[in-house]
Amino acid sequence: MTRRRRNVDVVVVGAGPAGLAVARGLADHGVGVVEVLEREEVAGGVPRHCHHRGFGRWGVSGPQYAARSVEAALGSGARVRTGVTATGWAGPLTLDTTGPHGLERIAARAVVLATGARERPRSARLVPGTRPAGVFTTGELQQAVHLYGQQVGTRAVVVGAQSVSYTALSVLRRAGVTVAALATEEPCHQLGRARAAAARLGHGVPVLTGATVAELLGRGRTSGVRLRHRDGRVTAVDCDTVVFTGDFVPDHELARRGGVALDPGTRGPAVDGAFRTGVEGVFAVGNVLHAVEPALWVAREGALAADAVRGFLDGSGPESAGPAVEVAAPLRWVAPNRAVPQVPVEGFVLRTSRALSRPVLVVTQDGRRLHRQYVPRRALPHRTLRLAGHWTGKVDADGGPVRITVGELGGGVFGAAAE
Amino acid sequence: MTVTTKGSLSPKGQMPPRPYDVAVVGAGVVGTAIARELARHPSLRIALVEASGDVGDGTSKANTAILHTGFDAVPGSLESRLVREGQRLLAAYAAESGIPVEPVGALLVAWDETQLTALPELLEKAGRNGYDVARIIGADEARAREPHLGPGALGALDVPGESIICPWTTTLAYATQAVRSGVDLHLNTCVQKVSSENGDHLLTTSRGALRARFLVNAAGLNADVLDRLVLGRGDFTVTPRRGQLIVFDKLARDLVRHILLPVPTALGKGVLVAPTVYGNVLLGPTAEDLDDKAATGTTAAGLDGLLTKGRRILPALADEEVTAVYAGLRAATEHDDYRISCHEERRYVTVGGIRSTGLTASMAIAAHVAGLIAEADPGLALKEPADLTPVRMPNLGEAFPRPYQRADLIATDPAYGSIVCHCERVTRGEIRDALISTIPPASLEGLRRRTRARGGRCQGFYCGAAVRALHEQRAEWGPQ
Repeated sequence: MTRRRRNVDVVVVGAGPAGLAVARGLADHGVGVVEVLEREEVAGGVPRHCHHRGFGRWGVSGPQYAARSVEAALGSGARVRTGVTATGWAGPLTLDTTGPHGLERIAARAVVLATGARERPRSARLVPGTRPAGVFTTGELQQAVHLYGQQVGTRAVVVGAQSVSYTALSVLRRAGVTVAALATEEPCHQLGRARAAAARLGHGVPVLTGATVAELLGRGRTSGVRLRHRDGRVTAVDCDTVVFTGDFVPDHELARRGGVALDPGTRGPAVDGAFRTGVEGVFAVGNVLHAVEPALWVAREGALAADAVRGFLDGSGPESAGPAVEVAAPLRWVAPNRAVPQVPVEGFVLRTSRALSRPVLVVTQDGRRLHRQYVPRRALPHRTLRLAGHWTGKVDADGGPVRITVGELGGGVFGAAAE
Repeated sequence: MTVTTKGSLSPKGQMPPRPYDVAVVGAGVVGTAIARELARHPSLRIALVEASGDVGDGTSKANTAILHTGFDAVPGSLESRLVREGQRLLAAYAAESGIPVEPVGALLVAWDETQLTALPELLEKAGRNGYDVARIIGADEARAREPHLGPGALGALDVPGESIICPWTTTLAYATQAVRSGVDLHLNTCVQKVSSENGDHLLTTSRGALRARFLVNAAGLNADVLDRLVLGRGDFTVTPRRGQLIVFDKLARDLVRHILLPVPTALGKGVLVAPTVYGNVLLGPTAEDLDDKAATGTTAAGLDGLLTKGRRILPALADEEVTAVYAGLRAATEHDDYRISCHEERRYVTVGGIRSTGLTASMAIAAHVAGLIAEADPGLALKEPADLTPVRMPNLGEAFPRPYQRADLIATDPAYGSIVCHCERVTRGEIRDALISTIPPASLEGLRRRTRARGGRCQGFYCGAAVRALHEQRAEWGPQ
């Protein structure tokens, strides 16, 4: 056997905000050996290359936040091992790893998947055309500019008009790239009104709404994009760089390889409010559950997940049976995905497939209303929609699925939500 | 070992270089195979001339990556013979050189009565092509062997000898072995004019003049153009046939066990669903006859059509992520067979019309061409070919251990334990090896074809910048 066999108490896969928070929460409470596996050379996750602020109350930037999270985890006594990849499963709670020091087989009493999410690239979006250089996702762009100081191009089109798209815009401008336009197939930008106005005034970049990327142009290097507009017109925009932003999907490979059932809506592991997947002893937390929520939110989840893992380890965890939580159109997905009466949930996160002006969320089970909640602002397709979780105590563990529906105040499509 | 990428081939003020004995134009799978075969004659001075900046950068990089048996070729054709021989030769060469091959076998699935009634004829044709282990199986057996097949399959022709192969490694192995055996590879060298000078060919290229006693045209899509440059005429016209393909993520690999081939009927040829040696699933190709030899773009209609057909063959594919979409151009001609002809008086061989079977047939084509040259030009005095020093290529296939899985390799060099591209599990050691290899990549795309780096589901979201950084510092790793 050429693999070094090791035993730990808890192995956490992924040293981003969620994974580090879980590790810290466990180690702080004296849970034996807590080991975080991070495949990148540096721990901290996506915030490492998010140079914008907003990672804390005092204008903390992404890299500062990442460094602090790592320090906190290490300070609590957790091990953070970088450059080590969990390549697969050797048993229910046993992972095989590869790192510069060789191959290992790590058995644990609990495994926490905190593998995060990525943006879907051009190919996964089935954008036709040639395959020129100069096509990025925001993640790659940020790393190229902030971690490696690479030249990216001279003139760019940003695909998307949501929060992350404006981040890409800032990164491009910082790298000296002119941004020709933001193009989104949505009928409107996906920002709050204040941020949209600030972006418009601050950047002066046109936002082309209702515009789909019909074709990428260029041989060797990108020479432009063809856009199809709502009215059928096709226009070409010259550029040598295209950044596809948003369209996040969970990085669920390790979960699937371990036989962890996914939720069909989120495409992440299906979990209950205690972050328990369908496989006993395997937990999942952070943006692998819901792509994507801010670092502070997933770190909070991490702290809660640490409590749940401790409960599992000392046998004090609640019963895990509970009905599925489902959403009805135009809602796209919800997480967590199961409601267990004994497990309090701080909040559910949801996404809608179309804009809702004044949404009202209604939770029912077998025709019985469990909760009703007004949302004070417009809900947009690529933005978080949150629902309080205090109603889970009313769920009948043996009942049918819990359904979440949405209507609009004053709208004509109130439908089932109005009962 | 000589690989040139820039500078003049005939610098001013210097004596014109001695003419090459043979110049092969085109470093695709066919041209590199021919150069490698000719390199078995140590007395020959050979040039391999390629317009692009890399070998295998045209049709050879974008195909369905299948090692065919030739069961469905036109019986009695040159293609039928060369595919059959080539399959055997390449399978043996792949085993020796570390080119990944997986003998998964193929099923030609019939989805309607017309297709079902075509199966006996295909079986009979296979027999006439010397392939006698194919057989027809019923719907139940087809379903048992492919549990994820969509509803409505009526039966299938089982062709157990069909395999999947890595087309990138194949071309690179030929080229590497050729260069190590003394072939001069001139990249970024586009042939613009061909004339005669003292009986030799004088090639005017984008990098100056190059002289050769014998000329081989393996220019693929441009074989007809080169024919006209040399002969002033040509006996075929290349009509590029575009094939668009969709590659699904590795998590789809368990959905399919065989190459699922379409049954060709009068109504046209369908699409195939096949595993790849990299552990992905391929869907395609379309077949569109075009005029533009550079139209390697995908189209919305093409991709939509593929997905519709793919959904019928393997419905569960629809839920899987797409890793890549691409298009390749097959060098189709108006003829039904390869166009390989020797013009003895001109000391010139044309290797044209090598369609989708070119990868499989490549080594047999090369042997055939070497024979034609020996016969046409006794002055070259080609005798019994020598064996070349074997090459061992880096393994890109999932069916064989990859560096990240090898404790022995990591113990000798920790760079093989340092994964850079996470989706494809490509290590720093492999990227470094590619960058300092005999034929180093000219671009990130070339690096991808040598290592798989950036070729996975995230397409560089995680590793793109890191891989680019390694590529940009390649000079630090030593001489190219």
